[in-house]
Amino acid sequence: METLDRYLIEHPFLKDMGPEHIKLIVGCSANVKFDAGQFIFKEGEEADKFYLIRAGKVAVEVYSPERGAIALQTVDDGDILGWSWLIPPYKWHFDARAVELTRAIALDGKCLRNKCEDDYVLGYEIMKRFAYIMEQRLDSARLQLLDVYGK
Amino acid sequence: MVTQPFKVLRAKSETYDTFTVELAPIGNGTQFKFLPGQFNMLYVFGVGEVPISISGDPEKPAKLIHTIRTVGAATRAMQKLKIGDAIGVRGPYGTPWPVEKSVGHDVIIIAGGIGLAPLRPSIYHLLSNRNKYGKVILLYGTRTPDDILYKRELEKWRSRFDFDVYITVDRAAVAWRGNVGVVTTLIPKAQFNISNTIAMICGPEIMMRYTVQELNKRGLSYNQIYVSMERNMRCGVGLCGHCQYGPNFICKDGAVFSYESIKDWFLKREL
Amino acid sequence: MNNQISNNEAFVLEASNLDELLAILSKEGHTIIGPIIKDQCVVHDEIASASDLPLGYRDSQNGGTYRLERKNHGKFFDYVVGPQLVKKYLFPAIQKLWEAKRDKEGFSVTQNSNKPHKLAIIGIRPCELAALEIQDKIFAEGPYKDPAYINARKQLLTIAVNCTNPGDTCFCVSMQSGPMAKSGYDLALTEIAEDGRHWFLISSGTDEGAEILRELKCRQATETERMAADNALENASRKMGRKLDTSDIKELLVRNFENPIWDKVAERCLSCGNCTMVCPTCFCSGAEDSSDLSGTQAERWRKWDSCFSVDYSYIHGGSIRPSAKARYRQWITHKLSHWIDQFGISGCVGCGRCITWCPVGIDITEEARAIRESETAKAKKVELSYETVGKES
Repeated sequence: METLDRYLIEHPFLKDMGPEHIKLIVGCSANVKFDAGQFIFKEGEEADKFYLIRAGKVAVEVYSPERGAIALQTVDDGDILGWSWLIPPYKWHFDARAVELTRAIALDGKCLRNKCEDDYVLGYEIMKRFAYIMEQRLDSARLQLLDVYGK
Repeated sequence: MVTQPFKVLRAKSETYDTFTVELAPIGNGTQFKFLPGQFNMLYVFGVGEVPISISGDPEKPAKLIHTIRTVGAATRAMQKLKIGDAIGVRGPYGTPWPVEKSVGHDVIIIAGGIGLAPLRPSIYHLLSNRNKYGKVILLYGTRTPDDILYKRELEKWRSRFDFDVYITVDRAAVAWRGNVGVVTTLIPKAQFNISNTIAMICGPEIMMRYTVQELNKRGLSYNQIYVSMERNMRCGVGLCGHCQYGPNFICKDGAVFSYESIKDWFLKREL
Repeated sequence: MNNQISNNEAFVLEASNLDELLAILSKEGHTIIGPIIKDQCVVHDEIASASDLPLGYRDSQNGGTYRLERKNHGKFFDYVVGPQLVKKYLFPAIQKLWEAKRDKEGFSVTQNSNKPHKLAIIGIRPCELAALEIQDKIFAEGPYKDPAYINARKQLLTIAVNCTNPGDTCFCVSMQSGPMAKSGYDLALTEIAEDGRHWFLISSGTDEGAEILRELKCRQATETERMAADNALENASRKMGRKLDTSDIKELLVRNFENPIWDKVAERCLSCGNCTMVCPTCFCSGAEDSSDLSGTQAERWRKWDSCFSVDYSYIHGGSIRPSAKARYRQWITHKLSHWIDQFGISGCVGCGRCITWCPVGIDITEEARAIRESETAKAKKVELSYETVGKES
């Protein structure tokens, strides 16, 4: 119990989160690891978790029949992976695959959603952090889309 | 089942890598009848044969029209053909778009990139038989404004009162005043009767995947949605084995499939 | 001898009179194809008399192994099956389809007139006969037919030889295609060599076969003789080297598309395509277009192709099945599962050639079994490994 608390407090995503909220979150979390090459989730599957990456690297990918798997972005130490558990119909939009051995904390989406519904302050804290992440990712996607290195 | 020589009557460049040819049979001018969604195996003398969807009006079969994108040796050779040159034609093959089934329904057509070419015969059919259908909507997305096909025809279609046409591009320079964003962003703009709509989708597989999910989220069931699949084809008649997609031969059982019939195969990788 | 010979009525042909049968076939204008020894295996080629047959030979086959052995037991057909196939006569590995010549208007196309030979093939195993019926469904009974195949098929006389001594890679019983030919032949032989006698039980399956029997003037088989043949075949059906459980096989393979066993096979599979080259039902082909240097004459040739090659599934951008895993999975799933949806029947006849001629000995019956067993065993799913630290509140 203590160790998981510590991992959560240390993770940048939960920085400045109050201890009573950390306690609520711990109840929905588990320590996980993925081997290099292992799929964490696949497009279309139920999005029932999200991950605080402690160490390692995960690629967010899309599969194209002619080109195979295309990596859109990678996330590593200190990043978070997945927000489809927050938004109905709670299904993954992309694949996620561990590029190297990755250790993370898996948070149970449904468990956390319920806790956020019960405690709006917790909910708002979570949403604020996700809004920031989404803005970062969107900016990044737009810049990638520009194909600035192309002709 | 042998290729028939046809003559190039007209050749027009659409974009930097896409062109349209209009063909007529050499010798005895047999009427080339086809259904919207079908394809021909086109042969370039001594080079090779490739499957290309027919892009013309099924009610004007005397003009056989194909829009072709250069992706390999045969299509690059076709781009060099001039008026009067000969090209081999074998077909038509494949299953058609469900224009008959759509009678009495709203129809939403969603095209991505070159995917507009196999859908155009369907659009022609719907517009020529306009009063048989409810709302008819076209959503079309390409990479940039320079990649838009059939620009003049699109403008004509947009000016009709009974055809809703929305176009978007993935990225554009400031001069473009239209929509920018993936084609699925147009779906919320389209107004159609969910329980009485047929959707016809054609484009890269990734685009079709996300489009089907968006339509499904909007309320369409999988048997209201039709897609056009593509695989390597050599014979076009189900004998060479190349175009197999699970148990289906795309040349015989497709290329047009109801999403319901292939939903289990669609998400499988390296199938 | 009564004039009406009904199908499957049994007659006796002494082994020493085999040449009489061949003589009748020759007289009727057939080119006779039969098994001979060449390149240290049993292959099909033209034969002139019974002395060309592999008398006294036996092949020992297993995963990735084929050895021909001299046994001196005096039997003609004691070998199992060779690597070559009857299908090469109806669906040649290389065939010209048409040629085209440029002219004022454009070009004109002349289809190749494939004049088929009148062939009589002796020594067709029941599994090969079953494979022929499957190829008929593909080339002669679909919405688009191959006229060259149909013509060659019409000119083909089949003399099946039932199996009394199956091999270690055989599993025709599992696929219900042997060891006895039940239909689809003009004549069928069962070779018996015991108690100092060497003879064939012979029966006809068609009018053409019956006509030949009439000319042969054999005597009817006795009850004992019929029983001897029946027993031999009954024993053979119990000596199959391999088994393939076909219950629910169609759904089994489709359900297991993501099974990690495919990764294991992929580690061994060389994607050499040997299995597709020796399989009697494989029908994939590719077309090759070429022209001469002046560019005024072009040809199209059809050649055998294999789903194991990377560009088999190439479309602009790349191949749909770049990995050996995907290609092996495609081959076996097509053969045992999709084939049933496509043609109403399994694509495998249990001849075992793919096992014998695979350089690394991959065994289709083993892989099917492994997939089946992985479902029933408590297989650990490849997913998250949880190390629970502490308890949930």
